[in-house]
Amino acid sequence: MVFDHLLFYVFGAVSVLGSLLVIGQRNPIYSVLALIVAFFGLSGLYVLLEAPFVAVVQIIIYAGAIMVLFLFVVMLLNVPREGASEWDRAHPFYRPWPPRIGALLALLLAAQLAWALSRTPGLGIGVADQRPAVSSVAELGRVLFTDYMFAFEVTSILIIVAMVGAVTLARKRED
Amino acid sequence: MPIGYYLALSGLLFAIGSAGVFLRRNIITLLLSVEIMLNAVNLAFVAFGRQFGTVDGQIITFFVMTVAAAEAAVGLALVIGLFRHRESLNPEAFTSLKW
Repeated sequence: MVFDHLLFYVFGAVSVLGSLLVIGQRNPIYSVLALIVAFFGLSGLYVLLEAPFVAVVQIIIYAGAIMVLFLFVVMLLNVPREGASEWDRAHPFYRPWPPRIGALLALLLAAQLAWALSRTPGLGIGVADQRPAVSSVAELGRVLFTDYMFAFEVTSILIIVAMVGAVTLARKRED
Repeated sequence: MPIGYYLALSGLLFAIGSAGVFLRRNIITLLLSVEIMLNAVNLAFVAFGRQFGTVDGQIITFFVMTVAAAEAAVGLALVIGLFRHRESLNPEAFTSLKW
């Protein structure tokens, strides 16, 4: 029990620190790598939530496929790191008044989330206290191919549209 | 582990992602921040699914991952096209509709 809590804090700290590094890095490659670390932390949290299939998919699809796509584009474009002068100019604490509204909005959102959470009843109930976990892949597949059949098929259309769109957009124009 | 802890972590990650979208001046980092937000929502879905003992939270997580993959593919294709035009990833370089 105590071990569970310890693991939650470890994985949560990994994901939060990784995410903070993503938005705190000047070099996009480090940002992508930090996000992969954060995804491993989230994957550990999914294991704690007794959703092992989601944890594995998180590693294989997110860290393995999507992040590799990001890394590929970053290296393909040979993206320059943001220059120091640009960083100073763009950094929210150095900018003149109007652009700081973005930083204020982010803070406001965090405050709103904290306020909403603090007023929600029943947050002290343990996740594993009420019902047994459903973690079998067989059950997942059964529900996915019966109750969520329509959404599943629409997803395939979405992927085809995204694929055609990506090919069309990234193609070199001959004109 | 109380559900509130997971929700607080999810909210914190979402706030970090939104802060990245508001603060950063690099399109790739903006897309990464959107991924952080999607993952924060995934965590809340799985936590609720575990508490209610249903499989729906995990299923919706798969759909969110599919949308994230599609968004990353199209978004990065757009980034490549924009970079070819402007040799820059700063969103402030793309303020004109036509050039």
